[in-house]
Amino acid sequence: MNIKFWLNGIQRQEEIDPGMLLIDFLREKGCYSVKRGCETANCGLCTVLMDEKPILSCSMLAARIDGKKIVTLEGLQKEAEEFGDFLANEGAEQCGFCNPGFIMNVIAMLRELEEPDEEQIKEYLAGNLCRCSGFVSQTASILKYLNYKKTQEES
Amino acid sequence: MLKIKSYVKVNSIAEAYELNQKKTACVLGGMVWLKMGNRNISTAIDLSGLGLEGIQETDDEFVIGCMTSLRALETDKRLNEYTQGAIRESVRHIVGVQFRNCATVGGSIWGRYGFSDVLTMFLGMDTWVELYNAGKIPLTEFVNRKKDNDILVNIIVRKQPLRVCYMSQRNTKTDFPVLTLCASLIGNEARTVIGARSARAVIAEDPEHILENFAEKSEEEQKEAIRKFAGYAAEHVSTSGNMRGSKEYRTLLVEVLTRRAWETVGGMKDEY
Repeated sequence: MNIKFWLNGIQRQEEIDPGMLLIDFLREKGCYSVKRGCETANCGLCTVLMDEKPILSCSMLAARIDGKKIVTLEGLQKEAEEFGDFLANEGAEQCGFCNPGFIMNVIAMLRELEEPDEEQIKEYLAGNLCRCSGFVSQTASILKYLNYKKTQEES
Repeated sequence: MLKIKSYVKVNSIAEAYELNQKKTACVLGGMVWLKMGNRNISTAIDLSGLGLEGIQETDDEFVIGCMTSLRALETDKRLNEYTQGAIRESVRHIVGVQFRNCATVGGSIWGRYGFSDVLTMFLGMDTWVELYNAGKIPLTEFVNRKKDNDILVNIIVRKQPLRVCYMSQRNTKTDFPVLTLCASLIGNEARTVIGARSARAVIAEDPEHILENFAEKSEEEQKEAIRKFAGYAAEHVSTSGNMRGSKEYRTLLVEVLTRRAWETVGGMKDEY
């Protein structure tokens, strides 16, 4: 079947198998930031934005993106790099495998919530698992990033 | 693995119903559960082009389209005001935001899953399901129906005066619940729904009328009724063990959560 969609801002048209999952489709198209960390829709590593909302690409049929806008980490390099520095500075980067999905959901959170506090951050990111760490450094990096953004806006 | 031979984004519910009469066809919800199974689907029926996402409020009811995401329930101000935040509480522990953006209320209710927070919550209100063929029936009836080839279109919550509290116990954040519980005063009716027992949610009956006229009781009488009913529920609601918790543990939880939830409904505490 044929689908028309936007991937990272570029309109595309592709022939797909009706049973294909979005995660496999995106990886086939070279978006290797999209990862499979579990088989149970639990880890959040495959997070992408569909019409601005974070979704699990492992549970989405590629057929369902017809007419929709998909954004992966490859399409958010600037934002990702800026926040990525904060993650690295806090030592939150360990093996790095969970990172792209985590950053995608952080970006979604920052677009959806205004000045989230620590509780809200933890709740929003509860579906992103990291098997190396205890999430303390990640939380600290987000709080510092929020602070940095605020000072930047004020000046 | 899930295999899909053909995919149809239908133009009407009638079309979906017709396609769904074939045993190997399947209506898609959010697919978060479906994709984990081993199934060969001849025709995957997608309702997402029919405008069935969204919550409409009228004077008497909330009409919730079957394709509404759990996240939309969680963030809907009107529904949460009506349920004193219980709707949000019932879904916010389910995996993560990305998951709840995918999972649909129709999928949760249609599946009548044993682990369902959503089913437990909606059984605690005056909820009806609107089926394409069978029409509107109460959720309390639908929950025990055998799965057939009908199409769930809307979930309707009638706006009776409501005091409600939802609670769940989880071994770890974002996991499936070990027990779910919804205590509510629907008008004058006191209802206690218990799910993830580990079987499908049931209403804990009150044949001794322990909670009858709950709102009219004094605080002392309410406390006594709650204590008595929590014990009664633990004795009579059947539970079973699985990898997440034993039968004995679940029965203990029935008593504790029944007490806590009713204390919240009674206004003796106001926290989740």
